[in-house]
Amino acid sequence: MAEITYLEAIREALFEEMDRDANVFCLGEDIGGYGGAFKVTEGLLDRFGESRVIDTPISETGIVGAAAGAAHMGMRPVVEMQFIDFIASAYDMLTNYVATARYRAFLPCPMVVRGPSGGYVRGGPFHSQNPEAGFIHTPGLKVVYPSTAEDAKGLMKAAIRDDDCVLFFEHKYLYRRIKAEMPAGDHVVPIGKARVAREGRDLSIITYAATVWKALEAAETLAKEDGLSVEVIDLRSLAPLDDEAIQATVRKTNRALVVHEDTRTGGIAGEITARINETSFAWLDAPVLRVTAHDVPLPYAPQLEDFVLPQTTDIVRAARTVAAY
Amino acid sequence: MPTDRRTPRRAATSGPATAARGAGKPSAALSSEQRLDLYYWMRLTRTLEERLVALYRQTKVVGGLFRSLGQEADAVGSAYALERRDVLSPLIRNLGSMLVKGATPVEILKQYMAKGDSPTRGRELNIHFGDTERGFIGQISPLGDMVPVMAGVTLSFKMRGEDRVGLVYVGDGATSTGPFHEGINFAAVQRCPLVVVVENNGYAYSTPTSKQTAATRFVDKAIGYGIPGERTDGNDVLAVYDVTRRAVDRARRGEGVSLVELMTYRRKGHAEHDNQSYVPDGEIEQWERENDPITRYIARLRDEFDVTEDEISAIDDRVRREVDEATDVAERSGPPAALDGLVGIYADPPSEKPLWYREGQDAAVAAHERAEGWGTFNASKASS
Repeated sequence: MAEITYLEAIREALFEEMDRDANVFCLGEDIGGYGGAFKVTEGLLDRFGESRVIDTPISETGIVGAAAGAAHMGMRPVVEMQFIDFIASAYDMLTNYVATARYRAFLPCPMVVRGPSGGYVRGGPFHSQNPEAGFIHTPGLKVVYPSTAEDAKGLMKAAIRDDDCVLFFEHKYLYRRIKAEMPAGDHVVPIGKARVAREGRDLSIITYAATVWKALEAAETLAKEDGLSVEVIDLRSLAPLDDEAIQATVRKTNRALVVHEDTRTGGIAGEITARINETSFAWLDAPVLRVTAHDVPLPYAPQLEDFVLPQTTDIVRAARTVAAY
Repeated sequence: MPTDRRTPRRAATSGPATAARGAGKPSAALSSEQRLDLYYWMRLTRTLEERLVALYRQTKVVGGLFRSLGQEADAVGSAYALERRDVLSPLIRNLGSMLVKGATPVEILKQYMAKGDSPTRGRELNIHFGDTERGFIGQISPLGDMVPVMAGVTLSFKMRGEDRVGLVYVGDGATSTGPFHEGINFAAVQRCPLVVVVENNGYAYSTPTSKQTAATRFVDKAIGYGIPGERTDGNDVLAVYDVTRRAVDRARRGEGVSLVELMTYRRKGHAEHDNQSYVPDGEIEQWERENDPITRYIARLRDEFDVTEDEISAIDDRVRREVDEATDVAERSGPPAALDGLVGIYADPPSEKPLWYREGQDAAVAAHERAEGWGTFNASKASS
């Protein structure tokens, strides 16, 4: 089977799930005839028609709310945020309405909100964000953020089949840079399970999305230049977090570095560090450190963006500090 | 202050946004039983709320209490225009709508008293609950949010070719929100079978409509969405039924969204604690005296439909008996088990685990030996 990109893997999942289940439909801005700003939904309109591939007004709150209403009635909507930055406009609907629906009213809300996320693409403050942390803070939502093409497909299929709302973050830097051959058959990756992206003994790097690839590069450098055996954990799911996998790697290597592209304060790295402290303090040989973006809105100029966002060299430097402690 | 704020019998005329105006009076087809039905639901709403006030004063209602006094006709008349299979989304002053759709007094009472076997098992307050089987969907407090949700509910009807209609209530205040605009616009573009009812009761909490919008009539907002709108006297239950029914029929014919504005008046505060200090002197009393929806309907039943005093008081007696019985049943229920608070956030996993300091607390402390010097606080030194 030929290799396909991360973006094509998402599209393939959408095609397969819409084929499999007539209740699955897509809605979003410019997703139909135009195929979406990044062409993720290209071809869906031709195959499934405009009743199942709905071009909407510019209304993040409106379309997320409409998806919730349709989901209550047994549909399985997949909402596209043209850029995930715009999910902030639907924050109320997601956190107050969707996230609470099952708990307060026993209303099922099986829906996916997906969209291009992340930086390293010179997108500036409103086309580069990683707003996942605000949503893992909300009970009732699930959050996934794949780094590989296989996981992009498998997690999308799992998200669509999940009986609750799943926020599906797609890293736009990876859209066309990452390729893989898809596993045969009905490839579903379970939500809530991390992946060991590289096995190691001396130090664990816990991360997700685009920085998985930077962590792998760093691990290679650390192996060659420092003789360090670095384990890289790709979380894949951020809510729920795979506590078992985090504990297992920390208790194995006794040293952990948490890396993410999102800003530092209130980011998921803080949560992971707290959990390691609560469950595995006695196993640690060094404090858990973080490599993250600086706490600034993401700037446009390459010199600024590259400085603000975490780079492979930052991971290498921080890993050495953890290893040497 | 707009003049219509102080005038109970506000003009119910329709303006340029009106398309369905005068398209027959569906209420003319109501049977005498159905007309008494309308009275029953209005009376049940009022008596049940009066009972809730008593329970509130006995501190048995553990949260706030929200009244729909004076708005019973708008809630009941509009919900009555729907079929059983149709779905509505009520607001805090739509107890009457929910009763029409099958919510029971026992459920309402248990819900207010936070009982373990209340419809939300103690998770939500007051009349915030729903049942898709019976056709009403639980509201949330951020206003306007139910408009997009009901756009989606009715979108699903359209996608599946189901002969069903949705109705969503918003207050005059919610028309100022983003979700109201986004939801009604989305539904209008998609031609969803949806009726949006604006209950104009004069106040959003303490804010009069004059501070809510520069528009003189909410129904005129329909023009901007390319949909028809109709406004009527919300305290005339048959008029409410007529305009809502026309909008419902229109939706059922596949002609899309309609906006209905019901002119009414909120005679109680936002909630029971609100002393309504912001209301001009005499305004509430004038509405009570001149424009009570139940008093008005009784007069119509007598004058136009030959209903007797005995028939009316038989319904009143039945309602009182039902509310008494419901109160007895509801009071017998116990509170929820605390651990149920951790159940059902997701389908999978089915529940959250209690945090360690809530489970086996003694064991958790005992597992750690007390280090020497732990506990340096000395009460005698601290007080000196």
